[in-house]
Amino acid sequence: MRVAVVRFPASNCDLDAVAALKDVKGLAPELVWHEDESLGDFDAVVLPGGFSFGDYLRAGAIAARSPAISKIRRMAERGVPVLGICNGFQILVEAGLLPGALLRNSGLKFVCRWTCVTVENRDTPFTRAAGKGQVLRMPIAHGEGRYYLSQEELRVLEKERCVVFRYSDENGNAVESANPTGTAANIAGISNRKGNVVGLMPHPERAANPILSPYCSSDGRLVFMSLVGGGA
Amino acid sequence: MTALESLHLGLTPDEVKTVRATLGREPNEVEWSIIDAEWSEHSSYKSSKALLRLFPTKGKRVVLGPGYDAGVVDVGDGYVVTLHIESHNHPSAVDPYGGASTGIGGVLRDILSMGTRPIALVDILRFGRIERSPRSRWLFRSVVRGIADYGNCVGVPTVAGDIEFDESFERNCLVDVACVGLGRNGALILGEAKNPGDILVLVGGSTGRDGIRGATFASKNLSKTADDERSSVQVPDPFMKKLLIDALLEAAATGLIRGMKDLGGGGLSTALSEVASSGGTGVEVELDQVRRREADMPPAEIMVSESQERMLLMLAPTSSEPIIEILRKYEVPYSVIGRVTNDGNLTIRWNGKVVAKLPAEFVVKAPLIPWPSREPARPGRGRRSVAVRQDIGRSIISVLASPNIASKRWVYQQYDHEVGIRTVLKPGQHDAALLRLPNGRMLAVKGDGNSAQCSLDPYNGAAGCVAESCRNVVAVGGEPIAMVDHLQFGDPSDPEVYWSFQRSVQGMADYCTALKLPVVGGKVSFYNEDSSSKRAIKPSPIALVVGLVRDEKHILPMGFANEGDAVIAVGETRNELGGSEYLRVTGSPDAGSPPKVDAASDGSLYRAVLNLIRSRYVSSVHDCSRGGLAVTLAEMCIAGGLGAQIDLQKVPSSCRRVDELAFSESHGRFVLASADAKKASRLLRDSKVPHSVIGEVKGRALVLGSGRKRISELDVVALQTIFEESLPRLMD
Repeated sequence: MRVAVVRFPASNCDLDAVAALKDVKGLAPELVWHEDESLGDFDAVVLPGGFSFGDYLRAGAIAARSPAISKIRRMAERGVPVLGICNGFQILVEAGLLPGALLRNSGLKFVCRWTCVTVENRDTPFTRAAGKGQVLRMPIAHGEGRYYLSQEELRVLEKERCVVFRYSDENGNAVESANPTGTAANIAGISNRKGNVVGLMPHPERAANPILSPYCSSDGRLVFMSLVGGGA
Repeated sequence: MTALESLHLGLTPDEVKTVRATLGREPNEVEWSIIDAEWSEHSSYKSSKALLRLFPTKGKRVVLGPGYDAGVVDVGDGYVVTLHIESHNHPSAVDPYGGASTGIGGVLRDILSMGTRPIALVDILRFGRIERSPRSRWLFRSVVRGIADYGNCVGVPTVAGDIEFDESFERNCLVDVACVGLGRNGALILGEAKNPGDILVLVGGSTGRDGIRGATFASKNLSKTADDERSSVQVPDPFMKKLLIDALLEAAATGLIRGMKDLGGGGLSTALSEVASSGGTGVEVELDQVRRREADMPPAEIMVSESQERMLLMLAPTSSEPIIEILRKYEVPYSVIGRVTNDGNLTIRWNGKVVAKLPAEFVVKAPLIPWPSREPARPGRGRRSVAVRQDIGRSIISVLASPNIASKRWVYQQYDHEVGIRTVLKPGQHDAALLRLPNGRMLAVKGDGNSAQCSLDPYNGAAGCVAESCRNVVAVGGEPIAMVDHLQFGDPSDPEVYWSFQRSVQGMADYCTALKLPVVGGKVSFYNEDSSSKRAIKPSPIALVVGLVRDEKHILPMGFANEGDAVIAVGETRNELGGSEYLRVTGSPDAGSPPKVDAASDGSLYRAVLNLIRSRYVSSVHDCSRGGLAVTLAEMCIAGGLGAQIDLQKVPSSCRRVDELAFSESHGRFVLASADAKKASRLLRDSKVPHSVIGEVKGRALVLGSGRKRISELDVVALQTIFEESLPRLMD
């Protein structure tokens, strides 16, 4: 499966995402410059983290209006799996491919730390390989990751099972103390209604190799392995 | 008024005389500005160069030592790491956010200009007492935010650091940033213009009025009106820097860049004269080709502007097209500003007219200044006994809560320390950071300083900084392979300041020589002095040591891992409370004898500890430094979530008092935990390293006793709360 890792000016997790994807059998990741015409030919798209266009205006706002996103929008409509990680999630939200907004963390500071997230919906191309209610250890690193949606829309989001990842304790309880940024309903990641477009704040590519994990885990790999088939 | 007087330059009367005599004429305004920038202390090292020759700079792994944009160390299999350290002290004192940001920008360019990828940042910060001073809290908060906003955006992880709070930094905070780069041995690029006919391409940000004469600003004391010097501080643009990094790494991979030099202190003046001088060539520049932010900048200002995010490339005119194409792809601005000549001159034209013509060799060779030095008389120094006696348990709590000791989570959680997926050991996890390299090895990195000890005894204090950094690297299983230093002092024309500088350099040099640890680069920063109070900072040399870990199996945790493990104290604890955190929190910071280093025994100590780590006879390792043995034990309890029962009488020591045993910051010590104390002890005995089993890992409390007498009992969860919550409580 050919996976495009889209590089915008000042993406900075692009090479990390390529490396983590390459580690999964069956995935052939390629770095694709945002102006590259070939984007439409890929089987899946990853928007990596970083500070696309310097986060000028708002995080993800400028990238969301780039020609690459118009192309990705058409691909998403065709059902192509699209994953936005961190800044990639912010871009998807800014582009309206995912609902809601990502606001400044409640502590008003950038937060880099390891978190636990529970997989709430295994019915997406990025969570198929997870066990039911599986808790994944992945780090976050962002200043604007507090997910926001009106109460009414939040109810719809939950009802349509579009909450994919939720910050939790290590036993899968979405308690307040496990919420690192004040995000609504402990939401760490969501999908569109169809489930093929997923965005999350934690970095699976940083959690895909036991040597990089303080817990010797490689939970982030599950997110990428899901692309090539289900079953943990 | 002559052109010279109207320029407000930093040149001394003697230097002005030398310039006139050597050139045999009166330089014009542009020429004076060029010479002033390059002859500033910041760019020329005129007060330090002679002494820095004491450092050992050669070794089997050294590819390039001092004198380049970064030191280069061979890490095997064709890979090299580059190392550089910079400070941005004056700018940060005036504009902490901008100053700290652009400090990172500067050190990143040094790594990048070698054609290597920046893979990690290390910050060493010094501030006044944040418990008392709102100004210091503001400086601290803004500097950390500046580092975070810049480092996080450019995608280089900030993996380690060292922070100290002391009154002497109240006005002059110190902001040091070191950067580690990674590249291939055959693909290094140097800042040399070797080929006459090559074109000079100025890449990146435009040139504006920010940072005008920044190098000169950095080369004098901070004045009462320092707040008016904001125009000497550069404006950060991390987005442009990130584009520069990506574009230049892609360009470097083509092999077509013939030379590259970053524009830092002294701006174009310094970069141009240095590439010509080190290439043995000359350069000819059309200054009106420099892209400018402001239309009315005169040539002298363009030559000394320190606007950020700029890089100078030397390209063969016939093969520049692929490079230009890469710059266009990333929308990185550039302009061809001149060419390399063979006449040895720095020739500057402005609208076709020559406005400066100086021999490059002359510009880069500022006359050295032999400052007088005098040993200061210190009332506190040498006083052996210190009249503090206080409950040991309560003292442990106050030392642990001191911002100098307490957890720095509040700081490092604001830094992205994971980007790049290399960070094996993260901030706060162990004594040093550990980065994986593409050849399967790992690089240990840590920067250390101790101004309290250096002010009491600059020789041992400075050597001790190297020793501490080595211990930190050894504790994570790394064999020290190279070092960079940063020497920060007050006004060198003060004989007592200069004496402390001399002694510090000698101390570091002797220690490195004994350990065969090459110094591959460094930086000197003088004039860290407040002109209104006439107070210099305490001497603040910094050592940043890197080490190689051969195998991931050699990484042991810092915290206690298993109940029942024996706790082993390695190395001798001496009555060396001078400069300790204990005396600082108990109110007599200038008393006592500071720790002395013993380079000869440290060498065998490090080898023995590394052998032990590799033998797997031990299960936890922690170095013993700031705060002393009591803090080391407390940190091992906190990190592992386990308690320990310790008999201080069993500690190898010449101390008579319990507080000396608990809080003395003697060098050459580690604490280990082991499931097989007999085998571990035998190995230490064979290496003739003093050691002793002092207790065992047990329960959920740190219990200290002396023989049969119980001295203190502290709950590990309570210790953790104190350790973790001290900084957030002060800062949030």
